[in-house]
Amino acid sequence: MAKRALKAKKEKPQWKQILQKHPPVPESVIPLLQAFQERYGYIPPEAVRAVARYTRTPLSQVYGVATFYAQFRLRPRGKHLIRLCQGTACHVLGADAILNHLKERLGVEEGETTPDGLFTLEVVRCLGCCSLAPVMMVDEETYGRLTPRAVDKVLAEYRKGKT
Amino acid sequence: MRIARAHVLVGVDEEARLAGVDRVLSAFREAIRNAGLEGEVQVVETGTLGVSGRGVVLVVYPEGVYYAGVTPEDVPVIVEEHLLKGRPVERLRLPAAVPQTEPRQVLGRQVRVVLRNCGVIDPEEIEEYIAAGGYEALGKALTEMSPDEVIEEIKRSGLRGRGGAGFPTGVKWEAVRRASGQEKYVICNADEGEPGTFKDRLILEGDPHKLIEGMIIAGYAVGARKGYVYIRGEYQLSIARMQKAISQAREYGLLGDDILGSGFSFDLEVRPGAGAYVCGEETSLIESLEGKRGWPRIRPPYPVTCGLWGKPTVVNNVETLANVPEILRQGADWYRTLGTPTCPGTKVYTLLGHVRYPGLVEVEMGTPLRTLVYELGGGVPEGRTLKAVLVGGAAGAFLSPQDLDVRMDFDSLREMAAALGSGAVLVMDESACIVDMLASVLRFFRHESCGQCTPCRAGTDALVRLIEAVRRGEGDGRTLGLMTEIVETMRLASLCPLGQSVALPVTTALTHFRDEFEAHLAGEPCPRCHKLERALR
Repeated sequence: MAKRALKAKKEKPQWKQILQKHPPVPESVIPLLQAFQERYGYIPPEAVRAVARYTRTPLSQVYGVATFYAQFRLRPRGKHLIRLCQGTACHVLGADAILNHLKERLGVEEGETTPDGLFTLEVVRCLGCCSLAPVMMVDEETYGRLTPRAVDKVLAEYRKGKT
Repeated sequence: MRIARAHVLVGVDEEARLAGVDRVLSAFREAIRNAGLEGEVQVVETGTLGVSGRGVVLVVYPEGVYYAGVTPEDVPVIVEEHLLKGRPVERLRLPAAVPQTEPRQVLGRQVRVVLRNCGVIDPEEIEEYIAAGGYEALGKALTEMSPDEVIEEIKRSGLRGRGGAGFPTGVKWEAVRRASGQEKYVICNADEGEPGTFKDRLILEGDPHKLIEGMIIAGYAVGARKGYVYIRGEYQLSIARMQKAISQAREYGLLGDDILGSGFSFDLEVRPGAGAYVCGEETSLIESLEGKRGWPRIRPPYPVTCGLWGKPTVVNNVETLANVPEILRQGADWYRTLGTPTCPGTKVYTLLGHVRYPGLVEVEMGTPLRTLVYELGGGVPEGRTLKAVLVGGAAGAFLSPQDLDVRMDFDSLREMAAALGSGAVLVMDESACIVDMLASVLRFFRHESCGQCTPCRAGTDALVRLIEAVRRGEGDGRTLGLMTEIVETMRLASLCPLGQSVALPVTTALTHFRDEFEAHLAGEPCPRCHKLERALR
């Protein structure tokens, strides 16, 4: 145990702090990846290695976990995260058209970030507010009953500096 | 503590949060302060009030007036008109089937066992749970009953797992108790990912202590000292409330060492999931808790003998565990008076789609589907006709209007080759296209297939391509037969219930609505699919 705690010491000080929130065992892999993502908005590749070293788990297995679960992101996120719902209710009300519109306006595909680093576009299965369909969330804000025009208005607000 | 003249109970769940309930709450506090009603009117945050799709819902007592779709701008009006002058604000009132005065009326034919406290107590206050009879069952179990007696009582109650399979809970507990080994675990499966299902979320948000109590009793019965609550990661509010409830229970000596001086020790830990539908399957969930990919294990051995870290483990659904305290408190004989002889008790459903009153309902096992759709759901909207009901979520069965008299319990549904599943009831009127709905279901499965076994990984992809061809009218005479063949292979050869259960929606849709598939294949125009095609372009 002492030896492993020592291992954490070799890491960057701010990472050490994150790592030591959980015991150095394989079952900590998911909570640790979640902690890194919460801190940085994504999991830096070096952090995947740090988690593997700290929990004494093969890097391949940690990488497998980081890519298996929908929550984890291995690339940096833009300033604003757009999550468009593609659940059943949104699908019926034309979420596909909204998705195409967003892709066109932002010039990115699902999971990508705009070159100016302002937006990341993600597609999610269900946001759990089907009554507002079609729905997207920008960061923690929800926008419902979307139309292409409404999307443009929302994007413009954030481009003007809305936080 | 002063006794308030009126109470405003605000339903705080994920949907309400998205609809801006936080702003409504602060508007209330401000308006009440401005009106000088502090101490006279108490604002209480509670769990769901059982009404969906209507934004922020709240109820004002003693009158029991329900308001829906409340915005911060409405709040001063409610305070001014209703709380000061005693005149309910008619334009915001929930219409029709909703209760005017008595809270019982909103419940209608509901029998609330699991949801007894939801929307009634403040889920963030352990005292309110205790005042409602909470932790009584735990006290009784620890001081008056041996673990074997607890198991016997649960077996006698006939409680069956509410996660979908309907396995007798007492039998599962007994198997874990008898399994060899000192270290055992209790896991609550709260990784609710079935589309259209959110009953577990609302139990977690509305009455977290009930689940904790059920888990401690389960731990005592099987001889475990540690339990995990694996909650879907997206359920932020559930996770926060559960964590708060656990620390309150620790403070009260209800979790930790030597609970209530009985010598029994037990503790709980919350583990947020990381976004994988397959982790709702018990062995994938266990893999995930161990820090690995959520890949299902080959069974046997079953978790009751070889679960978490190879130790005997009970995995129970949220709703199952929430039944336990009530069974011990009121007795197995009382529990058997509810439901049917082979499926006693109640079942919680999420009623959604084209019904007038979507929401969360709890009724006795064996209640006909017709009662759910028409009496509790208010039927399809005026002027529309019922076309289909999808029972059990994406992995559920498409039923036709002729099947409405089926009794909703594990055995009756199995007889008609359907399943109770997660308790999602999605109602569709004639505007829905079954081909389109099935396409949406199949895309979901393709996305969520974990990729471990070939029948499921390749099968879900092939099914999506076939159904898309049907939708575009490009399939031929063999397409539907091929789909049936694929799902049968998946049913027989997939490793876990995810792949096995795809057969259910596909075969029921093809059986009950075959003409619709054939019409698409023949190139007949479908307004729904055409609209989508246009939208896609």
